[in-house]
Amino acid sequence: MTESISSANQAFKSLAKRTAASVGAPRGAGSKTEKQGRTMLGAEAVVASLEAEGVDTVFGYPGGQAIKIYDALYDSDKLNHVLARHEQGAVHMADGYARSTGRPGVAIVTSGPGATNTVTGIATAYMDSVPMVVITGQVPRAVIGTDSFQESDIVGITMPVVKHSFLLQSTDELTTTFREAFHIATTGRPGPVLIDIPSDLAGSEMVFEYPDEVNIPSYKPTYRGNAKQIRAACRLIEDARRPLLYVGGGCAISDATDEVTALANMMQIPVVTTLMGKGAYPKSDPLNLGPVGMHGAKYSNLAMTESDLIIACGARFSDRVTGKVDRFAPNAKIIHIDIDPAEIGKIRDAQVPIVGDLKGVLQGLIAQLEKDGARPRTESWLEEISAWRERYPMYHPNIGDEEGEIIPELVMKELSRQLDPDASIVVTEVGQHQMWAHQFIDRERPRTFLSSGGLGTMGFGFPASIGAAMANPDKAVVCIAGDGSFQMNSQEMATAAINGVPVKVLIMDNRALGMVHQWQKLFYNERYSQTILEPVPDFVKLADAYGWQGRRITKPEEVQAAIADMLASDGPYLLDVKISPEQNVYPMVAPGSALDDVMGAIDVAVGAVRTDMPKAAQAQKAEPESPCATIDAQFGGRWEATPDEADERMSAEEFNADRAQITGAEGKEGKR
Amino acid sequence: MKHVLSVLVENKPGVLSRVTGLVSRRGFNIESLSVGPVEDPTMSRVTAVVDADDVAYEQISKQLHKLISVHKITDLTDDGAIERELVLFKVSATPERRNEIIEVANIFRAKIVDVGRNSLTIEATGDASKLKGLEDLFRAYGIKEIVRTGKIAMSRNAKD
Repeated sequence: MTESISSANQAFKSLAKRTAASVGAPRGAGSKTEKQGRTMLGAEAVVASLEAEGVDTVFGYPGGQAIKIYDALYDSDKLNHVLARHEQGAVHMADGYARSTGRPGVAIVTSGPGATNTVTGIATAYMDSVPMVVITGQVPRAVIGTDSFQESDIVGITMPVVKHSFLLQSTDELTTTFREAFHIATTGRPGPVLIDIPSDLAGSEMVFEYPDEVNIPSYKPTYRGNAKQIRAACRLIEDARRPLLYVGGGCAISDATDEVTALANMMQIPVVTTLMGKGAYPKSDPLNLGPVGMHGAKYSNLAMTESDLIIACGARFSDRVTGKVDRFAPNAKIIHIDIDPAEIGKIRDAQVPIVGDLKGVLQGLIAQLEKDGARPRTESWLEEISAWRERYPMYHPNIGDEEGEIIPELVMKELSRQLDPDASIVVTEVGQHQMWAHQFIDRERPRTFLSSGGLGTMGFGFPASIGAAMANPDKAVVCIAGDGSFQMNSQEMATAAINGVPVKVLIMDNRALGMVHQWQKLFYNERYSQTILEPVPDFVKLADAYGWQGRRITKPEEVQAAIADMLASDGPYLLDVKISPEQNVYPMVAPGSALDDVMGAIDVAVGAVRTDMPKAAQAQKAEPESPCATIDAQFGGRWEATPDEADERMSAEEFNADRAQITGAEGKEGKR
Repeated sequence: MKHVLSVLVENKPGVLSRVTGLVSRRGFNIESLSVGPVEDPTMSRVTAVVDADDVAYEQISKQLHKLISVHKITDLTDDGAIERELVLFKVSATPERRNEIIEVANIFRAKIVDVGRNSLTIEATGDASKLKGLEDLFRAYGIKEIVRTGKIAMSRNAKD
């Protein structure tokens, strides 16, 4: 233990040095490429800039205004271009590449529709702080603003969802723009940066001079945490009896897994992880309570609610984690560590705010606690949690398990069992399957569980898994999808097949938009408006059409072998797992409820049943309520018509009688 | 409450739209806005008045700070900053009332910039309370049109 801490101290010092030296320097060779100083076209300089940044793979789709860039790409032996089948797919692939490696993902598309098709991908990356550079072709400068063919103001359109964007005005700025774009995308809180390149600039001659450094006076992220705040945090940690580490995506981005693990073990602090933080703390550590929030374990949510100190590590108190904010962790003080000052105090006040790079801040914390001779005081707290953990397990055999049906939880557990956590990456789409994966796929390392957390983008997972697989050829990449999400970007099956990307897609196929279906079941009186996707396509035939292998299973006894076959297969493989649309994700905190107001948790103390089932489900047989009544109650009843309005409405009988008087024959028909 | 935000930004195309877009996206109305280059021609200053409580204001200013184009944000709300606006009033003025109006304008050190057959155009600068006072007085004569700049503000700093 002490060894790991003192090595952490060493790392702290080297980190401080590293960040100071590396600020503004490119990851690649920078000015030291053989292209430096050559006269070339703007388009060639775009390619040379990407090479200077050390980019090895780009994802994209050509078009009229990007044709010069694509012409230059034709000559590059350093850049591997992956042709997607839709620009959205290309951006999600770049995203998957970035999330799984920490290196910036790069996408190249054309102007107009090519550019607008990237918007969802960019917004997805923005919400989850993914480093990305998106290069869009633009119409020539002379015709910008004239509604010319395939023109769109992509800088304007994407303004709310980029970290920064550039509309290139001159080839003189080209290389500094690229250096700045990569610098901004990858430093501080990472995010997507867009470079819009008018095609006349791509066709102009210039001298390629790539800068090794960049200095943006208005952009200086704070890496080093304030020492006084770190000491204040230590005092809170030393005093706390019921502390909790709340680990978010920032922990993976900052590469702070070792430090969080060291801190948790040193002070015996239990850990909960968000969807974005999954993998950033090893599941095998008994201190890890796993998922927290809307579909988190009841014991995690109880721990959050009952704690007296929450140490938020690169997490942002998302509504999917906090539930009703004013009832969230009422007795807890907050230490909030984040590199983005705007996150601190946004949702919940922090007693000790620390702006800085999580890794360095935690090293500082550990060093200070060590110096203070701090000792863990959490024995009774851990006992309490462990009692909750035994009483409210995430899964218990035969609860909600229908005979002869494939149980989604068991599919996830089996997949998790068969995957080597050190040599696999799991990517999810968005919906019920995502939450089951979050609950039951065990991860040991950061960047091995990729999911669209902030934007919740259906259609993200499958292309992202292709990007992740291309960046990690030595790892098994499995995309867990729903039949709805998969159909949003299934065209990328061609990309995987043509490039020989051996992704495995496991579809939790319930022929429904499961998550919305579940809400309709619980809160909208089973009025399944537009959530039944039946009949879904024959996914196995679809796999065949794209040259994939595929298999469908419908029985529980097929699960184990089918997953083994899938993982053992060489190329891309689609496994269609038929599950019932009636399966719900539990436990669940209803929207607008407090975090400890958990429904559908398993309670073994009262004979292993799901407890606190939603009232709406019980009341279904009683008087039919307004379909929105449950939600109304939670959000203040803004959907209800006023009683006065109800009086003014005509009943169906009145209406028909009225019509009969006026129209005669038709009215009679209506009555009949 | 009303906050006067003084934002130093890069003088580049699109920056104003980044700033105003961010403020409106977070759900706040900009009550007044003025923009212009500063002593360094590569920079501009945006002075904006927004109505927001302190928590919301803090969030807006942190979010603005995150924009790469923003160099510095100063809150000039409470530190007795010098605030000025310029207003042009077109006031109904029959020949017999003209002198009366000119007298009012003089008291407020406002300038007559144009005279019409039945109107006077008056230019006035000052802080919000002075201009409000003048406007109220002119209302009695009938105001045909008002055009005003956004508020600009500068901190008082004894050290400079």
